[in-house]
Amino acid sequence: MLMNLIHFVISIWVPLVCALIIVAVLPLVAGYIVLMERKVMADMQARLGPMRVGPHGLLQPIADALKLLIKEDIIPDEADKVIFWFAPLISVTAAMLAMSALAIGPWFQIAELNVGLLFIVGISALGIFGIVLGGWSSNSHYSLLGALRSAAQLVSYETAAGMAIVGGLLIAGTLSTREIVEAQSDYGWWFGLVTPVGFFVYIVASIAETNRAPFDLPEAESELVAGYMTEYSGFRWALYFLAEYTNMVVVASIATTLFLGGWLRPFAGTAAFNFLDYVPSLLMLGVGGYCFYRAPKQPVKVQSLFMMAVGLLFVVVAIVLAVPLIPAVDELLPGLMPGLHGAFWFLLKVGLYIYVFMWLRFTFPRYRFDQLMRLGWQFLIPLSIVNVMGVGMALVLHRHWGWGHLPAFGLTTLLTLAVAGWLGWESEKKDKEHVFVGEA
Amino acid sequence: MIPTSHYLFLGMVLFTIGVIGVVTRRNVIIILMSIELMLNAVNINLVAFSRLVGSAEGHAFAIFIITDAAAEAAVGLGIIIAFFRNRETLLGDEMDLLKW
Amino acid sequence: MIDQIVFYFFAALAIVSAILVVTRRNVVQSAIFLITALLATAGIFLELHAEFLFIVQVILYAGGIMVLFVFVIMLINMDVSLHQIQFNRQWWLGLLLALVVGAELTIAIAIGRSHLSLGEPAPASALEPSTQLVGKVLFSEYMLPFEIASILLLVAMIGAVVMAKKKI
Repeated sequence: MLMNLIHFVISIWVPLVCALIIVAVLPLVAGYIVLMERKVMADMQARLGPMRVGPHGLLQPIADALKLLIKEDIIPDEADKVIFWFAPLISVTAAMLAMSALAIGPWFQIAELNVGLLFIVGISALGIFGIVLGGWSSNSHYSLLGALRSAAQLVSYETAAGMAIVGGLLIAGTLSTREIVEAQSDYGWWFGLVTPVGFFVYIVASIAETNRAPFDLPEAESELVAGYMTEYSGFRWALYFLAEYTNMVVVASIATTLFLGGWLRPFAGTAAFNFLDYVPSLLMLGVGGYCFYRAPKQPVKVQSLFMMAVGLLFVVVAIVLAVPLIPAVDELLPGLMPGLHGAFWFLLKVGLYIYVFMWLRFTFPRYRFDQLMRLGWQFLIPLSIVNVMGVGMALVLHRHWGWGHLPAFGLTTLLTLAVAGWLGWESEKKDKEHVFVGEA
Repeated sequence: MIPTSHYLFLGMVLFTIGVIGVVTRRNVIIILMSIELMLNAVNINLVAFSRLVGSAEGHAFAIFIITDAAAEAAVGLGIIIAFFRNRETLLGDEMDLLKW
Repeated sequence: MIDQIVFYFFAALAIVSAILVVTRRNVVQSAIFLITALLATAGIFLELHAEFLFIVQVILYAGGIMVLFVFVIMLINMDVSLHQIQFNRQWWLGLLLALVVGAELTIAIAIGRSHLSLGEPAPASALEPSTQLVGKVLFSEYMLPFEIASILLLVAMIGAVVMAKKKI
């Protein structure tokens, strides 16, 4: 029986290593996404952001993590201690578990489930419990109201996000994350271009799913103090924050897999665009060069050494990415090119999606809660249902009646946009009517 | 390979625990939760037999049962909320307006 | 062998959680243990190679119905119920009858185990790919129950909204 167990462990060591990498690396990545957000916020507000802690603020997340770890752990007096302790763990576990079905490149996937995409949606639904139980166990009015509002928002937009995903899945024909990307490679076009309305609905619904602005009423500072996170301090709050940013990465990864082509290069099929294969290395070289350029200008000697080390790291990554481009290496190890470049393109697309999230955060004012619910239930859900019907109709036109791709999908996209315009006009009218929030 | 009778036994145990919950507890919300336990036990049976035969009909029926459970939980909780608003009680013993 | 470890783990988790659901005084703790029991049942479905049902159970049951339960529990003030008597007066009779039913079913399974053809289950490949097979069955043979289930859900939605309104 021990031999059986050892055989089993040997057969799963690759997913195990990938899982360990994710669990170890993800908190660091989430911390650097926080730094990215502060830098992007600063850039859009015409200032510089954190510059002091490391060169250009690069060590800021580590300083923040240390500070949060050494803070005092305050638990409210009448709080239910077990659930108070347990709630952030549910959020973090759900967020990290959802990362396990993603295919970050053709090589890096922990579990190839044949219901992969639905698994990620379902596990994200379990994260709602972390929020509700956290808000309830704090024994505070603000926390409970914030938690219930947040959970109501999440449940509403989860339906819209799910239906938008179904629109893309109809074309893909499969739920497995790896096969969806391969279907996009066979189809020739990214599914975000084939169902733009579904992609738009998914973007909006995913912003609401992760409690980001402009849908961040439950955790806005001027509203309910901090919503369900009010009574959490120190490391527990850091766990909630980590869960929120991991959710952002998960949601961006779903959108990348289903709508943005996964690990495929732009124009993957056409040979005319093969010069795009040099873009990864050139990009990394450019960033490394910028680091070397800024290194002598740092005020402190240690910081310039650190900056040069970062520049060197980027140059090494550029060289690693350039290795598969040599024809000799490509013949020897044919899987190297899709593996490395695929991971790069996937991470680049995820990064761009998260940048769009941050861009939207610093552009739009916040939605009021009833406006939020009206947008979810009376605009996005009917629109996503009509989108599913439209995609189905387009597939029937294309496969059974023999229309081409462009006429079929173009026609249904126009029809769906017409319905969207009508729905938007209707819900605007209703918003202007109900100035008072009357009795339900 | 797990014999099908093991799954039937598990379903039976869960069903019995659900029945105990329904006939023994006073709080109506716990009674509703025990009903959900019973429905789950039935689902386990269905899926075990579906695996035995090798067809997906048991799965389809289990999906219907989950749908039913959702509808029943929603309406049941709505009734409980309406009753609680009027009578301020959650005990099944005290919901006796129709008794003579 | 991995099969057996997974099955016994999820079965034990389900039974322990179910017992805790039925016996806890605090309703929130009962709800949490019901979530655990539902997730354990989902694990059993996964072990039976019913992947679609596993994920439907997680999304709908644990992620939908239980969120509804937890919402209602938190909106209704339950502090009073912590000090009331939990079990009703004829609890011994209920327990006895439930155990009698359980014993009957155990005997039925034990005797029937050899008589019915509860032999080797079908190979796992007969149930792959789970989603497509369920979809095929659901939309061809069971189309009418599917449509009726959708009308049932509509009626339940309207019913729940009407029941919980303050003024109709």
